[in-house]
Amino acid sequence: MDETDRQIMHATQAGLPLTLEPYQTLAEQLGLSADEVMRRLTAMQDCGIIRRIGAVPNHYRLGYRFNGMTVWNVPDGQIDGLGLKVGQLVFVSHCYHRPRHLPDWPYNLFAMVHGKTQAEVDSQIRACADVLGDANQGCDVLYSTKILKKTGFRSR
Amino acid sequence: MDDIDRNIINTLQNGLPICESPYRQIAVALNITETELLTRLKNLLANGILTRFGPLYNAGQMGGALTLAAVKAPVGRFEEITGIINAFPEVAHNYARNHALNIWFVLATETPEQLQQTIKAIEIQTGLTVYNLPKIKEYFVNLKLEA
Repeated sequence: MDETDRQIMHATQAGLPLTLEPYQTLAEQLGLSADEVMRRLTAMQDCGIIRRIGAVPNHYRLGYRFNGMTVWNVPDGQIDGLGLKVGQLVFVSHCYHRPRHLPDWPYNLFAMVHGKTQAEVDSQIRACADVLGDANQGCDVLYSTKILKKTGFRSR
Repeated sequence: MDDIDRNIINTLQNGLPICESPYRQIAVALNITETELLTRLKNLLANGILTRFGPLYNAGQMGGALTLAAVKAPVGRFEEITGIINAFPEVAHNYARNHALNIWFVLATETPEQLQQTIKAIEIQTGLTVYNLPKIKEYFVNLKLEA
């Protein structure tokens, strides 16, 4: 990323212009050509700096009232294989290996699940437990009760 | 929210093309006009059904530092602690969760040093231990939800 890429990032952190030609609008704001803006955005998308140019919904407003962070204590030696399997479950939106924080946080595998009813999420959690089998040495589910902040990533 | 709005949300979670008139392509696919698409998109953002629309930057790929962190806020101090944490621009997301660790937030900074400084500053200002849980490995990320 060079300085121009950073300028594009700063200009789009709050969102893409909602105009008929948004990249042209952005280019005018930055004193660049639309072609250059599009070329740079494409390059950033190709290398993964931009996941996509997309919409982020508020889960609750789409009816997903049960957003559970499932956390599992699994043996470190097996976690990579298990994490990939849990991540492949269609209802899992994120799946990560994170460090334990002993003694009171023994969990090292995190998987986010989302459902419109408690029963739906309960069956998702059972499916995760089935994948983990005997490797599951303890688990918990933390439901989000409120979005306190959701601004996305901003750099100063 | 009607079926057209749902189609817009589902389609735009997959991504907007990078071309001269990207909204036109989406509008044609959804069988609506470009103007209607933009009007509906503005409304979905204004009424909070969409929290954001634009490039989704992967902070981990930008050479920046990123972590998930949590604190145990005592019941009577929940609002105060939330205010302290949210005031940091480094806090990108923050969720209340039903657990002793009841405030969970994502920190994003340009350097690992800034991340440690931010964690330290939050600990000093709140008087609480920050549980720092940076990802060791990412197995899957897909932020899409069917509307």
